[in-house]
Amino acid sequence: MKTEFIIEAALAIQQTILANESTLESLDREIGDGDHYINMKRGATTVAEMQADLAPLKPDEALNKIGMKLLSTIGGASGPLLASFFMSMAKVLKENGDESNLKIAAAFAGGVQAIIQRGKAGIGEKTMLDVLIPVSNEFVLLATQNCDVKLICATLIHTAGQGMLSTKDLIATKGRAAGLGERAIGHIDPGAKSCQLMIETVCKLALAK
Amino acid sequence: MKKFINKVDNILVESLSGFAKAHDDLVELHLETNFLTRANKAQNKVAIISGGGSGHEPLHAGYIGYGMLDAACPGHVFTSPTPDQMLMAAEAVHADKGILFIVKNYAGDVMNFEMAAEMLPFEHATVLTSDDCAVVNSTYTTGRRGVAGTVIVEKCVGSLAETGADLQACKALGDKVNKRTASIGVALTSCTVPAAGRPTFDINESEIEMGVGIHGEPGRRREAMRPADEIIGDCVEAILMDFKTRQLQPTKKHEALLLINGFGATPLMELYLIYNTAARLFNLHNLEISRSLVGNYTTALDMAGASITLCLLDDEIKQHWDSPVHTAALRWGK
Repeated sequence: MKTEFIIEAALAIQQTILANESTLESLDREIGDGDHYINMKRGATTVAEMQADLAPLKPDEALNKIGMKLLSTIGGASGPLLASFFMSMAKVLKENGDESNLKIAAAFAGGVQAIIQRGKAGIGEKTMLDVLIPVSNEFVLLATQNCDVKLICATLIHTAGQGMLSTKDLIATKGRAAGLGERAIGHIDPGAKSCQLMIETVCKLALAK
Repeated sequence: MKKFINKVDNILVESLSGFAKAHDDLVELHLETNFLTRANKAQNKVAIISGGGSGHEPLHAGYIGYGMLDAACPGHVFTSPTPDQMLMAAEAVHADKGILFIVKNYAGDVMNFEMAAEMLPFEHATVLTSDDCAVVNSTYTTGRRGVAGTVIVEKCVGSLAETGADLQACKALGDKVNKRTASIGVALTSCTVPAAGRPTFDINESEIEMGVGIHGEPGRRREAMRPADEIIGDCVEAILMDFKTRQLQPTKKHEALLLINGFGATPLMELYLIYNTAARLFNLHNLEISRSLVGNYTTALDMAGASITLCLLDDEIKQHWDSPVHTAALRWGK
């Protein structure tokens, strides 16, 4: 992994978030409190603006810096969760290196684990983890089997989509929609949607390489 | 959307600046990291810090001052503040007896305060407020939300802290007040988050949202609009049921504090009407309302609606509720 790719991914994610304003806003208006898009936009824009600061850094340093910045920028639940993801991913990369798909997958899994711990949530609770846990598991599995980047990315885009859609029929037990009970059924979780969009964006970028 | 706005991104800074200017005898605004402290730092006491998303004014900055908070950290509208704000606020107000965070039980607030606490170089504790009994099945969820009852917790803990009590005693009182408090809210309209520019939820003229949260997040259920006494009756019943479920219902005459809180767009005239009915109904259930508070104390921007909060008093809580307080939004006895 190269820092250059991280920066390209950050810019691409910003474009994706901006392009999905109405989708994210309406999902959050249905079962949340309407601030998800605004917070994601603030985070994505802040990271995109860090380009020059990130360029001279090593990949793990760049991801850690992104995490620290998100922690003091986004707020809400997304802030500490996404920050924990990047900071933990950076930590694993720093310890293990980043020269193979398997090492990157392990770092991604470490980031997801940090979200699980910080959010005290698991799969099936109608949150971003319904996307992240399956993607993380699949990523590690495919990397262990020495699959190439193209197959990995194509599969993860699919897995992320499935995970996102799976939140539609769930009752929320974590997050802002947790007070809704059965009324949350039929609505996709906005956090799961934004995670799916980000994963899809990064995978498409990697596929185009 | 028709609001007093110059530039959406500047609302918070302009509003906080105005607040600090209007109450410069009480508070000081630290704009670089976005937190407020008392104008005159208190010494030799547990420092009480609260915070949360903006849009609930006067919560929390309106409760900075003698007898309540030492500092408050406002986040963006309906978005919890970030850990750096809490760390800087703690640095500014700690007075060698530790830091007590008072946090409303919302995932974002909990996580940001938790991360701040992990990084804090001082002795610290946290009181999580969770008075909203609208959230049912709490065993399966993040749990009950912290709403208007938070004001009662902040008042009582703030009072105890002024006596020089230690951190554990302050936390214990906060937990006790929270446990003995239950709230439920009803929305008549939605609120509009300025940056979103349109109402958070759709609700028509003939509907109400029962059990709404203070961010306009949906509650228990959508119901038909009815005469006030029927709606208030359901709210009172929900609170009584909650005390019963938690085995706190009084079997003989018991003193209580009744807080009728407006969400921002409901006039005081209606809030007092609610008080009138709620007090009468609670009285029928052994609850003698000996303390009251009616007004906009934990708002949800421009939402029309109100919440009813009941706190079961004991001598200790009563003493700390009655003690002098001098803040922008609550002031008596001093």
